[in-house]
Amino acid sequence: MTVSDIVNFFGLKIRTGENQLNGEVTGGYASDLLSDVIAHSRKGNIWVTIQTHPNIVAVAIMKELAGIILTGGREPDSDTLQKAEEEGIPILVSPLFTFELVGRLYQTGISGMGPC
Amino acid sequence: MAEAGNDIRFHEMFHIEGGNFTNAGSISSQVKKILKGAGFSGKVIRRTSIAAFEAEMNVICYANQGNLSLFITPNFLKVVVEDEGIGIPDVNVAMREGYSTANEKIRELGFGAGMGLSNIKKNTDEMILTSEFRQGTHLEFVIYLSGQDKG
Amino acid sequence: MKLREIRDILNAEMITGDANLEKEIKYGFAADLLSDALAFSRGPGALLITGVVHPQVIYAANAIDLGAIIFVRGKRPNGATLQLAIENQIPLLATSYIMFETCGRLYQHGLRACIEKVKNG
Repeated sequence: MTVSDIVNFFGLKIRTGENQLNGEVTGGYASDLLSDVIAHSRKGNIWVTIQTHPNIVAVAIMKELAGIILTGGREPDSDTLQKAEEEGIPILVSPLFTFELVGRLYQTGISGMGPC
Repeated sequence: MAEAGNDIRFHEMFHIEGGNFTNAGSISSQVKKILKGAGFSGKVIRRTSIAAFEAEMNVICYANQGNLSLFITPNFLKVVVEDEGIGIPDVNVAMREGYSTANEKIRELGFGAGMGLSNIKKNTDEMILTSEFRQGTHLEFVIYLSGQDKG
Repeated sequence: MKLREIRDILNAEMITGDANLEKEIKYGFAADLLSDALAFSRGPGALLITGVVHPQVIYAANAIDLGAIIFVRGKRPNGATLQLAIENQIPLLATSYIMFETCGRLYQHGLRACIEKVKNG
Protein backbone atom coordinates (compact mmCIF):
# COMPACT_ATOMS: atom_id res chain seq x y z
CA MET A 1 0.00 0.00 0.00
CA THR A 2 1.36 3.42 -0.93
CA VAL A 3 0.79 6.78 0.71
CA SER A 4 -1.37 7.67 -2.27
CA ASP A 5 -3.55 4.62 -1.63
CA ILE A 6 -4.02 5.73 1.95
CA VAL A 7 -4.93 9.26 0.87
CA ASN A 8 -7.55 7.97 -1.53
CA PHE A 9 -8.91 5.28 0.72
CA PHE A 10 -9.42 7.55 3.69
CA GLY A 11 -10.14 10.81 1.95
CA LEU A 12 -7.18 12.52 3.57
CA LYS A 13 -6.42 16.08 2.56
CA ILE A 14 -2.96 16.70 1.18
CA ARG A 15 -1.17 19.72 2.59
CA THR A 16 2.30 19.11 1.16
CA GLY A 17 4.11 16.49 -0.89
CA GLU A 18 1.58 15.91 -3.64
CA ASN A 19 4.33 14.46 -5.79
CA GLN A 20 5.87 12.30 -3.11
CA LEU A 21 2.99 9.96 -2.42
CA ASN A 22 4.26 6.90 -4.23
CA GLY A 23 6.32 5.57 -1.37
CA GLU A 24 5.41 2.10 -0.13
CA VAL A 25 4.21 2.18 3.45
CA THR A 26 6.06 -0.33 5.62
CA GLY A 27 3.90 0.07 8.69
CA GLY A 28 2.37 2.66 10.97
CA TYR A 29 3.69 4.61 13.92
CA ALA A 30 1.53 6.68 16.26
CA SER A 31 3.15 8.95 18.82
CA ASP A 32 3.25 12.60 19.79
CA LEU A 33 6.62 12.36 21.49
CA LEU A 34 9.45 13.10 19.09
CA SER A 35 12.12 11.23 21.02
CA ASP A 36 9.93 8.17 20.90
CA VAL A 37 9.39 8.42 17.13
CA ILE A 38 13.12 8.82 16.66
CA ALA A 39 13.79 5.78 18.79
CA HIS A 40 11.20 3.35 17.46
CA SER A 41 9.78 4.28 14.10
CA ARG A 42 11.06 2.55 10.98
CA LYS A 43 11.88 3.66 7.48
CA GLY A 44 8.77 3.88 5.37
CA ASN A 45 6.36 4.10 8.30
CA ILE A 46 3.39 6.40 8.08
CA TRP A 47 3.44 8.63 11.17
CA VAL A 48 0.18 9.55 12.91
CA THR A 49 0.36 12.49 15.33
CA ILE A 50 -1.16 15.75 16.54
CA GLN A 51 2.16 17.61 16.72
CA THR A 52 2.14 20.46 14.21
CA HIS A 53 5.44 22.26 14.72
CA PRO A 54 8.38 22.21 12.26
CA ASN A 55 10.42 19.64 14.20
CA ILE A 56 8.12 16.91 12.90
CA VAL A 57 9.58 17.46 9.42
CA ALA A 58 13.12 17.02 10.74
CA VAL A 59 12.10 13.75 12.39
CA ALA A 60 10.39 12.49 9.25
CA ILE A 61 13.53 13.16 7.24
CA MET A 62 15.81 11.63 9.83
CA LYS A 63 13.81 8.41 9.97
CA GLU A 64 12.87 8.37 6.28
CA LEU A 65 9.19 8.12 7.05
CA ALA A 66 6.65 7.80 4.25
CA GLY A 67 4.62 10.74 5.49
CA ILE A 68 2.85 12.39 8.39
CA ILE A 69 -0.88 12.33 9.11
CA LEU A 70 -2.21 14.98 11.50
CA THR A 71 -5.39 13.93 13.26
CA GLY A 72 -8.28 15.61 15.02
CA GLY A 73 -8.61 18.22 12.31
CA ARG A 74 -5.26 19.75 13.05
CA GLU A 75 -3.31 21.76 10.53
CA PRO A 76 0.46 22.12 10.29
CA ASP A 77 2.00 25.45 11.39
CA SER A 78 3.02 27.72 8.50
CA ASP A 79 6.71 27.06 9.29
CA THR A 80 6.01 23.37 9.16
CA LEU A 81 4.30 23.65 5.79
CA GLN A 82 7.20 25.56 4.36
CA LYS A 83 9.79 23.13 5.63
CA ALA A 84 7.83 20.12 4.46
CA GLU A 85 7.49 21.62 0.98
CA GLU A 86 11.22 22.26 0.81
CA GLU A 87 12.08 18.76 1.98
CA GLY A 88 9.41 16.92 0.04
CA ILE A 89 7.71 15.37 3.05
CA PRO A 90 4.01 14.58 2.62
CA ILE A 91 1.78 16.04 5.31
CA LEU A 92 -1.82 14.84 5.29
CA VAL A 93 -4.70 15.77 7.54
CA SER A 94 -7.70 13.88 8.88
CA PRO A 95 -10.65 14.98 10.98
CA LEU A 96 -10.64 11.65 12.81
CA PHE A 97 -9.05 11.16 16.21
CA THR A 98 -5.84 9.16 16.34
CA PHE A 99 -7.53 6.10 17.83
CA GLU A 100 -10.16 5.99 15.10
CA LEU A 101 -7.80 6.66 12.21
CA VAL A 102 -5.23 4.14 13.38
CA GLY A 103 -7.95 1.57 13.87
CA ARG A 104 -9.07 2.00 10.29
CA LEU A 105 -5.53 1.99 8.92
CA TYR A 106 -4.90 -1.20 10.81
CA GLN A 107 -7.89 -2.81 9.19
CA THR A 108 -6.39 -2.25 5.77
CA GLY A 109 -3.39 -4.28 6.81
CA ILE A 110 -0.93 -1.67 7.94
CA SER A 111 0.59 -2.95 11.12
CA GLY A 112 2.60 -1.69 14.01
CA MET A 113 4.42 -4.88 14.75
CA GLY A 114 8.07 -4.84 15.56
CA PRO A 115 10.31 -4.86 18.58
CA CYS A 116 9.83 -2.15 21.13
CA MET B 1 -22.86 46.19 47.98
CA ALA B 2 -22.36 42.48 47.49
CA GLU B 3 -25.47 40.40 46.92
CA ALA B 4 -26.05 37.51 49.30
CA GLY B 5 -25.82 35.17 46.32
CA ASN B 6 -22.26 36.25 45.70
CA ASP B 7 -20.97 35.97 49.25
CA ILE B 8 -17.75 34.06 49.40
CA ARG B 9 -18.44 30.87 51.28
CA PHE B 10 -14.99 29.42 50.79
CA HIS B 11 -11.59 30.66 49.72
CA GLU B 12 -8.26 28.96 49.46
CA MET B 13 -5.01 29.95 47.79
CA PHE B 14 -2.31 27.61 46.52
CA HIS B 15 1.21 28.47 45.52
CA ILE B 16 2.58 27.11 42.23
CA GLU B 17 6.29 26.82 41.59
CA GLY B 18 7.30 27.42 38.02
CA GLY B 19 9.38 24.74 36.34
CA ASN B 20 8.61 22.20 39.03
CA PHE B 21 7.08 19.30 37.16
CA THR B 22 7.38 16.85 40.02
CA ASN B 23 4.10 17.79 41.64
CA ALA B 24 2.51 19.35 38.59
CA GLY B 25 -1.20 18.70 38.71
CA SER B 26 -1.36 18.31 42.47
CA ILE B 27 -3.01 21.68 43.04
CA SER B 28 -5.84 21.14 40.57
CA SER B 29 -6.23 17.76 42.22
CA GLN B 30 -6.71 19.47 45.57
CA VAL B 31 -9.26 21.78 44.00
CA LYS B 32 -11.14 18.73 42.79
CA LYS B 33 -11.08 17.20 46.27
CA ILE B 34 -12.49 20.36 47.77
CA LEU B 35 -15.30 20.51 45.25
CA LYS B 36 -16.07 16.85 45.63
CA GLY B 37 -16.18 17.22 49.40
CA ALA B 38 -18.53 20.15 49.03
CA GLY B 39 -20.90 17.97 47.03
CA PHE B 40 -20.94 19.76 43.69
CA SER B 41 -22.23 17.93 40.63
CA GLY B 42 -19.94 15.73 38.56
CA LYS B 43 -20.22 18.09 35.65
CA VAL B 44 -19.15 21.15 37.66
CA ILE B 45 -16.28 19.23 39.21
CA ARG B 46 -15.08 18.00 35.84
CA ARG B 47 -15.22 21.40 34.17
CA THR B 48 -13.45 23.13 37.03
CA SER B 49 -10.85 20.38 37.33
CA ILE B 50 -9.93 20.51 33.66
CA ALA B 51 -9.67 24.30 33.67
CA ALA B 52 -7.66 24.35 36.90
CA PHE B 53 -5.32 21.65 35.61
CA GLU B 54 -4.59 23.59 32.44
CA ALA B 55 -4.10 26.83 34.37
CA GLU B 56 -1.74 25.14 36.80
CA MET B 57 0.25 23.55 33.97
CA ASN B 58 0.62 26.89 32.23
CA VAL B 59 2.19 28.45 35.30
CA ILE B 60 4.55 25.51 35.71
CA CYS B 61 5.51 25.40 32.03
CA TYR B 62 5.91 29.06 31.35
CA ALA B 63 6.12 31.19 34.51
CA ASN B 64 8.51 31.58 37.42
CA GLN B 65 5.82 31.15 40.04
CA GLY B 66 2.15 31.81 40.63
CA ASN B 67 -0.87 31.51 42.88
CA LEU B 68 -4.14 29.77 42.25
CA SER B 69 -7.14 30.89 44.31
CA LEU B 70 -10.45 29.10 44.51
CA PHE B 71 -13.56 31.01 45.58
CA ILE B 72 -16.90 29.35 46.19
CA THR B 73 -20.09 31.42 46.32
CA PRO B 74 -23.70 30.23 46.24
CA ASN B 75 -24.03 31.16 42.56
CA PHE B 76 -20.65 30.42 41.06
CA LEU B 77 -17.13 29.09 41.42
CA LYS B 78 -14.27 31.37 40.60
CA VAL B 79 -10.62 30.57 40.10
CA VAL B 80 -7.98 33.27 39.87
CA VAL B 81 -4.47 32.44 38.72
CA GLU B 82 -1.84 35.11 38.98
CA ASP B 83 1.74 34.46 37.89
CA GLU B 84 5.09 36.19 37.57
CA GLY B 85 7.12 35.48 34.51
CA ILE B 86 7.53 36.16 30.85
CA GLY B 87 3.84 36.83 30.34
CA ILE B 88 2.00 36.61 27.03
CA PRO B 89 2.91 39.10 24.28
CA ASP B 90 -0.38 38.71 22.42
CA VAL B 91 -3.28 37.17 24.26
CA ASN B 92 -5.41 36.75 21.12
CA VAL B 93 -2.71 34.74 19.43
CA ALA B 94 -2.16 32.66 22.55
CA MET B 95 -5.85 31.76 22.73
CA ARG B 96 -5.75 30.09 19.33
CA GLU B 97 -6.10 26.35 19.52
CA GLY B 98 -2.84 24.68 18.60
CA TYR B 99 -0.71 27.76 19.20
CA SER B 100 2.15 26.82 21.49
CA THR B 101 5.40 28.31 22.71
CA ALA B 102 6.46 25.08 24.39
CA ASN B 103 10.09 24.08 24.22
CA GLU B 104 11.25 20.56 23.44
CA LYS B 105 11.43 19.53 27.07
CA ILE B 106 7.85 20.53 27.69
CA ARG B 107 6.63 18.67 24.61
CA GLU B 108 8.50 15.55 25.52
CA LEU B 109 6.73 15.54 28.86
CA GLY B 110 3.41 15.42 27.08
CA PHE B 111 2.51 19.07 27.30
CA GLY B 112 2.63 21.98 24.91
CA ALA B 113 -0.12 20.86 22.57
CA GLY B 114 -1.40 24.43 22.50
CA MET B 115 -4.78 23.39 23.83
CA GLY B 116 -4.56 24.65 27.38
CA LEU B 117 -6.18 28.05 27.05
CA SER B 118 -8.84 26.82 24.68
CA ASN B 119 -9.60 23.94 27.05
CA ILE B 120 -10.12 26.51 29.80
CA LYS B 121 -12.41 28.56 27.60
CA LYS B 122 -14.47 25.56 26.56
CA ASN B 123 -15.02 24.43 30.12
CA THR B 124 -15.87 27.73 31.78
CA ASP B 125 -18.68 30.27 31.55
CA GLU B 126 -16.51 33.36 31.82
CA MET B 127 -12.81 33.75 31.26
CA ILE B 128 -10.56 36.77 31.51
CA LEU B 129 -6.94 36.62 30.46
CA THR B 130 -4.62 39.60 30.70
CA SER B 131 -0.89 39.83 30.63
CA GLU B 132 1.97 42.25 30.97
CA PHE B 133 4.80 41.03 28.76
CA ARG B 134 7.86 40.23 30.89
CA GLN B 135 5.93 40.67 34.11
CA GLY B 136 3.25 38.06 34.34
CA THR B 137 -0.21 36.86 33.54
CA HIS B 138 -3.59 37.13 35.23
CA LEU B 139 -6.25 34.56 34.51
CA GLU B 140 -9.73 34.35 35.98
CA PHE B 141 -12.51 31.98 35.16
CA VAL B 142 -16.02 31.47 36.45
CA ILE B 143 -18.31 28.48 36.42
CA TYR B 144 -21.96 29.20 37.13
CA LEU B 145 -23.89 26.99 39.46
CA SER B 146 -27.46 26.09 38.63
CA GLY B 147 -29.96 24.57 41.01
CA GLN B 148 -28.83 20.98 40.64
CA ASP B 149 -25.11 21.79 40.66
CA LYS B 150 -24.91 23.11 44.13
CA GLY B 151 -23.35 21.27 46.97
CA MET C 1 -15.53 -3.96 26.41
CA LYS C 2 -14.26 -5.10 29.78
CA LEU C 3 -10.78 -4.42 31.08
CA ARG C 4 -10.25 -8.15 31.16
CA GLU C 5 -10.75 -8.35 27.40
CA ILE C 6 -8.46 -5.42 26.80
CA ARG C 7 -5.79 -7.10 28.87
CA ASP C 8 -6.12 -10.29 26.85
CA ILE C 9 -6.22 -8.64 23.43
CA LEU C 10 -3.01 -6.77 24.16
CA ASN C 11 -1.20 -9.37 26.26
CA ALA C 12 -1.14 -6.60 28.81
CA GLU C 13 -0.18 -6.65 32.42
CA MET C 14 -2.52 -5.22 35.05
CA ILE C 15 -0.27 -2.99 37.07
CA THR C 16 -2.97 -1.96 39.50
CA GLY C 17 -6.57 -2.66 40.02
CA ASP C 18 -6.76 -6.39 39.59
CA ALA C 19 -10.16 -6.11 41.15
CA ASN C 20 -11.42 -3.94 38.29
CA LEU C 21 -11.19 -6.55 35.54
CA GLU C 22 -14.93 -6.36 35.01
CA LYS C 23 -14.87 -2.59 34.56
CA GLU C 24 -16.62 -1.55 31.37
CA ILE C 25 -14.68 0.59 28.92
CA LYS C 26 -16.72 2.49 26.35
CA TYR C 27 -14.17 4.26 24.18
CA GLY C 28 -10.51 4.52 23.41
CA PHE C 29 -8.42 7.63 23.18
CA ALA C 30 -4.80 7.72 22.13
CA ALA C 31 -2.67 10.66 23.20
CA ASP C 32 0.79 11.52 24.42
CA LEU C 33 -0.14 15.16 24.84
CA LEU C 34 -2.31 15.45 27.92
CA SER C 35 -4.29 18.51 26.92
CA ASP C 36 -5.47 16.61 23.90
CA ALA C 37 -7.01 13.99 26.15
CA LEU C 38 -8.61 16.71 28.27
CA ALA C 39 -10.10 18.38 25.23
CA PHE C 40 -11.66 15.40 23.58
CA SER C 41 -12.30 12.51 25.84
CA ARG C 42 -15.61 12.32 27.57
CA GLY C 43 -17.48 10.35 30.15
CA PRO C 44 -16.24 7.93 32.75
CA GLY C 45 -15.81 5.04 30.37
CA ALA C 46 -12.73 6.00 28.39
CA LEU C 47 -9.45 4.15 28.10
CA LEU C 48 -6.45 6.41 27.62
CA ILE C 49 -3.75 4.85 25.48
CA THR C 50 -0.48 6.64 26.08
CA GLY C 51 3.26 6.46 26.36
CA VAL C 52 3.43 9.14 29.03
CA VAL C 53 4.15 7.58 32.41
CA HIS C 54 4.73 10.47 34.76
CA PRO C 55 2.23 11.43 37.51
CA GLN C 56 0.61 14.20 35.48
CA VAL C 57 -1.16 11.58 33.45
CA ILE C 58 -2.99 10.52 36.61
CA TYR C 59 -3.91 14.08 37.51
CA ALA C 60 -5.25 14.60 34.01
CA ALA C 61 -7.12 11.30 34.17
CA ASN C 62 -8.59 12.30 37.49
CA ALA C 63 -9.83 15.63 36.13
CA ILE C 64 -11.91 13.84 33.50
CA ASP C 65 -12.93 10.68 35.42
CA LEU C 66 -11.08 8.43 33.02
CA GLY C 67 -11.89 4.72 33.11
CA ALA C 68 -8.41 3.27 32.82
CA ILE C 69 -4.97 3.93 31.37
CA ILE C 70 -2.85 1.62 29.29
CA PHE C 71 0.82 2.41 28.75
CA VAL C 72 2.22 1.32 25.42
CA ARG C 73 5.68 0.69 24.00
CA GLY C 74 6.72 -1.29 27.05
CA LYS C 75 6.59 1.80 29.23
CA ARG C 76 6.06 1.38 32.95
CA PRO C 77 4.79 3.99 35.37
CA ASN C 78 7.15 5.25 38.05
CA GLY C 79 6.46 4.93 41.77
CA ALA C 80 4.76 8.31 42.09
CA THR C 81 2.42 7.56 39.21
CA LEU C 82 1.55 4.16 40.60
CA GLN C 83 0.84 5.57 44.03
CA LEU C 84 -1.43 8.26 42.64
CA ALA C 85 -3.30 5.77 40.50
CA ILE C 86 -4.00 3.60 43.50
CA GLU C 87 -5.15 6.59 45.56
CA ASN C 88 -7.45 7.71 42.78
CA GLN C 89 -8.57 4.20 41.89
CA ILE C 90 -7.54 4.38 38.27
CA PRO C 91 -6.61 0.97 36.84
CA LEU C 92 -3.28 0.87 35.01
CA LEU C 93 -2.25 -1.63 32.37
CA ALA C 94 0.92 -1.98 30.36
CA THR C 95 1.58 -3.55 26.98
CA SER C 96 4.71 -3.90 24.91
CA TYR C 97 2.80 -3.27 21.69
CA ILE C 98 3.33 0.14 20.23
CA MET C 99 0.52 2.63 20.10
CA PHE C 100 -0.32 1.93 16.48
CA GLU C 101 -0.69 -1.79 17.07
CA THR C 102 -2.55 -1.24 20.33
CA CYS C 103 -5.15 1.04 18.76
CA GLY C 104 -5.45 -1.25 15.77
CA ARG C 105 -6.13 -4.35 17.81
CA LEU C 106 -8.64 -2.68 20.10
CA TYR C 107 -10.44 -1.17 17.12
CA GLN C 108 -10.54 -4.53 15.44
CA HIS C 109 -12.26 -5.92 18.50
CA GLY C 110 -14.89 -3.23 18.43
CA LEU C 111 -13.63 -0.42 20.65
CA ARG C 112 -14.30 2.99 19.15
CA ALA C 113 -13.21 6.58 19.70
CA CYS C 114 -15.40 9.09 21.47
CA ILE C 115 -16.82 11.15 18.68
CA GLU C 116 -17.86 14.37 20.32
CA LYS C 117 -15.63 17.32 20.88
CA VAL C 118 -16.02 19.06 24.22
CA LYS C 119 -18.28 22.03 23.80
CA ASN C 120 -19.31 24.01 26.83
CA GLY C 121 -19.06 21.55 29.69
